[in-house]
Amino acid sequence: MDILQTLSKLVNESGFAGFFLNDGWKYLVMIAVACVLLYLGIGKKFEPLLLVGIAFGALLTNIPGAGLYHMEMWDAYVNEAGYDPINNVALYETTDDGIRKISVEEYLAGYTGENKDKVEESIVEHLSFTDVAHHGGLLDILYIGVKAGVYPCLIFIGIGAMTDFGPLIARPSSLLLGAAAQLGVFFAMFGAMLLGFTGPEAGSIGIIGGADGPTAILTTSKLAPHLLGPIAIAAYSYMALIPMIQKPLMRALTTEKERQVKMEQARVVSKVEKIVFPIIVAVFVILLIPSTAPLIGCLMFGNLLKETGVTERLSDTAQNALMNIVTLFLGISVGATTVATRFLTFQTLMIVVLGVVAFMFSTIGGLLVGKLMYVLSGGKINPLIGSAGVSAVPMAARVSQDVGREANPNNFLLMHAMGPNVAGVIGSAIAAGFLIAVFGG
Amino acid sequence: MNTLALTAGRLGIGDAGIAAVLGYAVVFVGLVLLMCVVILMGKAMAGTRNNASASAPPQAAAPAAPAVPSAPPAPGSAGEVKLFDVPDKEAAMIMAIVADKMGKPLNELRFKSIKEVK
Repeated sequence: MDILQTLSKLVNESGFAGFFLNDGWKYLVMIAVACVLLYLGIGKKFEPLLLVGIAFGALLTNIPGAGLYHMEMWDAYVNEAGYDPINNVALYETTDDGIRKISVEEYLAGYTGENKDKVEESIVEHLSFTDVAHHGGLLDILYIGVKAGVYPCLIFIGIGAMTDFGPLIARPSSLLLGAAAQLGVFFAMFGAMLLGFTGPEAGSIGIIGGADGPTAILTTSKLAPHLLGPIAIAAYSYMALIPMIQKPLMRALTTEKERQVKMEQARVVSKVEKIVFPIIVAVFVILLIPSTAPLIGCLMFGNLLKETGVTERLSDTAQNALMNIVTLFLGISVGATTVATRFLTFQTLMIVVLGVVAFMFSTIGGLLVGKLMYVLSGGKINPLIGSAGVSAVPMAARVSQDVGREANPNNFLLMHAMGPNVAGVIGSAIAAGFLIAVFGG
Repeated sequence: MNTLALTAGRLGIGDAGIAAVLGYAVVFVGLVLLMCVVILMGKAMAGTRNNASASAPPQAAAPAAPAVPSAPPAPGSAGEVKLFDVPDKEAAMIMAIVADKMGKPLNELRFKSIKEVK
């Protein structure tokens, strides 16, 4: 045994050597970015339940040689191209006209002898989830849950089980605010298209304005999976920054008199109404836009579990155990998509900027319709509850409460803002359904 | 604007604008329709409740009124608080916090009910 040769082999195959190869420095930068995200999650408590998982996934995927996640394999899967698992190469190339698939024969022309036979034997022409499980790393296998749209929907069951739609049922006009606060989704989508993003990419970027992480992840995984990392990170980071983004806009767009409005207590909602509501919403919204079925179906199923009163064990599991387990898998597998060579681009920077624009315009949309309702109701509706229509439950409603109390310490807007807040969840799911229906092909 | 143009490649400013306006309109129309459905549901439920109460047998004669009518709550008393899924201890804490935040003594406030928002 040649000790020097063995040591040399070990050094060359170590992850450290990977930092000195082409673009190796990018992995170091991404490890630093992951550490910053970990700091934001742990130190600053920015949506820690998901951000810590995403950051650690980003850390793991950017360690050269770890082989936990194979971006090229998923590229091959998305583009329905062949895949060489030995060399981790997707059999397609990007041209000015789009994607050109490379045939197996064409690809093998670059190989000779024994190597050629070995590669030919292992090439997978049409990848399935089974092939991913066979050739992929741990994070590839966990990522199947994202790609198949399973995790976001399971999280929606948990969200449904934690949501009280009572304030929305008591004041159905809250739905108008939930609709208005989707302005940012379509404004950012328009901006992204003008900046040169394709329709599916622009739709995925726009949905950041829905302020709903699982919806953003589901939409992006279907429309533009190559942008999943930056979009998920932008969505969750901005959700944590909601008070900083919304408060200045709320103060700027409303008058002191408007902010001081004390709203009348809404009517009491009966148990039967709460049980019937998820059934009616699921049937009606899915009939209206069938592509919302996974999100609305799971959201309303979770809510029904909560409201029936006879499925307490299931409701408890959906709210706690299921939600926690799925959050674990979702965070780490979404983080895994932030591979350095794909993440450190100008595109990511544009997504981050468009994301904040989306959040701002969603807030503005909600506030403007809130002001309209203030006028039409003869000053009975406080326009501050409009900004809660951006989803982000319950953070956005708390912001409405805080700003309302600044103007009038006796004002308690929280329950009134919860109506638009949960309406925003339905609104962003409908927006996502529209984007998937139009751009999903 | 056609579906093929939307799903492939980049869009011109006109198509991009139409897609954005159409999307916002669809969300609005969808939620306005849902609002109508929820209003109808509320009215139907209220109607059912009214019918049920109208058809219910009349209550047995009320027991004789107490000899001494109960006095109205003393000014400034907390009154009778109805608690829904809230333990007494938490209710006391909530009332104390509200009084503190409002800068008013607790005995000048009247709480009607406290309900846990789940």
